[in-house]
Amino acid sequence: MPLLEVDRLQTHFRTPDGVNRAVDGVSFHIDKGETLAVVGESGCGKSVTAMSIMRLIAEPPGRSAGEIRFEGKDLLKLSEKEMRKIRGDDISMIFQEPMTSLNPVLKVGRQIGESLRLHQGLGRAAAEDKAVEMLRLVGIPEPKRRAGEYPHQLSGGMRQRVMIAMALACSPKLLIADEPTTALDVTIQAQILDLMRDLKQRVGAAILIITHDLGVVAEVADRVVVMYAGRKVEEAPVNDLFADPKHPYTRGLLGAVPKLGSSLDGEAERLAEIPGIVPSLKKKIEGCVFASRCPDAEDVCRQFAPALEEKAPAHLAACHFSNRDAAEAAA
Amino acid sequence: MTAPLLEVNDLKMHFPLGGALFGERRYVYAVDGLSFRVERGETLSLVGESGCGKSTVGRAILRLLKPTGGQVVLAGKRIDDMGSAKLRPYRRRVQVVFQDPFSSLNPRIRVRDALAEPINNFGLAKDNAELTRKLNMLMDKVGLPREALGRWPHEFSGGQRQRVGIARALAAEPDLIVCDEAVSALDVSVKAQIVNLLGDLQKELGLALLFISHDLAIVEHMTHRVAVMYLGKIAEIGTKRQIFARPRHPYTEALLSAVPTPDPLAKRERIMLKGDVPSPISPPSGCRFHTRCPYAFDRCKSEEPRLREVEKGHEAACHLNDRDAQDNPLLSGARA
Repeated sequence: MPLLEVDRLQTHFRTPDGVNRAVDGVSFHIDKGETLAVVGESGCGKSVTAMSIMRLIAEPPGRSAGEIRFEGKDLLKLSEKEMRKIRGDDISMIFQEPMTSLNPVLKVGRQIGESLRLHQGLGRAAAEDKAVEMLRLVGIPEPKRRAGEYPHQLSGGMRQRVMIAMALACSPKLLIADEPTTALDVTIQAQILDLMRDLKQRVGAAILIITHDLGVVAEVADRVVVMYAGRKVEEAPVNDLFADPKHPYTRGLLGAVPKLGSSLDGEAERLAEIPGIVPSLKKKIEGCVFASRCPDAEDVCRQFAPALEEKAPAHLAACHFSNRDAAEAAA
Repeated sequence: MTAPLLEVNDLKMHFPLGGALFGERRYVYAVDGLSFRVERGETLSLVGESGCGKSTVGRAILRLLKPTGGQVVLAGKRIDDMGSAKLRPYRRRVQVVFQDPFSSLNPRIRVRDALAEPINNFGLAKDNAELTRKLNMLMDKVGLPREALGRWPHEFSGGQRQRVGIARALAAEPDLIVCDEAVSALDVSVKAQIVNLLGDLQKELGLALLFISHDLAIVEHMTHRVAVMYLGKIAEIGTKRQIFARPRHPYTEALLSAVPTPDPLAKRERIMLKGDVPSPISPPSGCRFHTRCPYAFDRCKSEEPRLREVEKGHEAACHLNDRDAQDNPLLSGARA
């Protein structure tokens, strides 16, 4: 049984000008100890998916339907009290902006200790000791002194380490990381990605990482889900996705990122553009969500939404034509 | 040889820190002795991590800040100490595109008026007919429909707003545009559109760009030359090929190795830097990078390396380059 199964998740928001279908029927699973990356551009619903799993969507205006089974239990059916037992213990989360997600008036040692006292019933002193140990684990120098400092006294990279320490304090089975390195500089990003890889092996947690950066995906993920306009358009093991993307959106994304070292000789080529913009999620989209921007779209794409099909082993894509493309390419 | 479009000599930007009533006054050494030039029609990129002073350099060149030392020379004229009245004609020649397309446009000003303002300010249109012609041309140039002139900023997506921002910079008919993280906030597919647009405009109009960014892959894609900054100083400056293929400063080497590659099969030989960037209030002695440098030796702690030419057009500030090639770790791991 997979650790987490998200099954036809729909998270919609009621807004003054119509229902926003932020997540519209997304399914995926995560196995124990696996790293799954969810990629997509802003507004594709990747963060809302993560928030839905944690049950952090405010209701109203939001509403989630479908099933989110964690170790077989449907999280959407749990009471708030039961859910609180799971948050921070079995499933924990790190956010993009470590400054706004840490409490500015609490010392970091106390913040890390909080989940330990709550979930593991440790006393204040024991929790503080464990917090120092966690800070050491995430590579913060002088952990004892740092535990007594406030978030504003730490640099961005260190704050993110504190977030990770807090998230891992209770040895969760699943860690959700929402753009964990987006706000950081590249050298610090490299440190944090390394730390996450290393800790994953030591703690054995499964990771759901949400990012827009295909470089980060290639570095950390085992499997990848590509989202567009609230739907899953492709899912594949990481190597297959980069070697042979089956959905035109994924191909477009990969073409739009310049690779370091690719334009050293002579003039750089133009980057591949995906023309147009993401469609509004407030209108029901009848056909394929990507049809309005797709270079290969035909009438059928605008009329019927393509089903997710297995185009290659473990490689799903929602496109009417991706098999035909492969056949044409071969011919 | 004609003078370069922009010349920056020993630029310093020290911000005083308040609070100290007694004792020595302390400063943030945001930019501490920076020199470079930008030729007409070329792109120079300033790269470095947050806090390295790259945006401050941009602001000093735009004269949004008055430099505390050094010179900024635009087309042969010193503009760093000019008063605001005399500065006016030079303001037209250097324009800016900011990072956040949401906060850099006034939400209460229609696109038409935002674009007409620089044209009117600098008297670039004789009459209304010419103004309209220019406005239409600007919209065509940045790939927006002409009827969008009547819209408000909130009616545009992020990428479209950045196009408006670029059109506004172009309206003044500048020689140089400072792009301060101009594409960093945009989504991947939109980013590609804007990067291509900037490249096209440069070719078409012969614009010089000062491209301030932390995104090395984008920089490599669109720049001619690169200056790598660390804690207010240039660590290394050279052509794109020199910097990316054969870096001669350990910081550049580490920075390049830290960029995640969008290829899961790529081999990674990462040089992991220890710790964080030190504070620019009390920068380290000697070489500013020695606290994080994997190759640091005694001399680095005491003596500050000067920026010196290691190859034609390629300067680096590192003691390692004084050594013979076989003892220089920067040269042994040949990347290219």
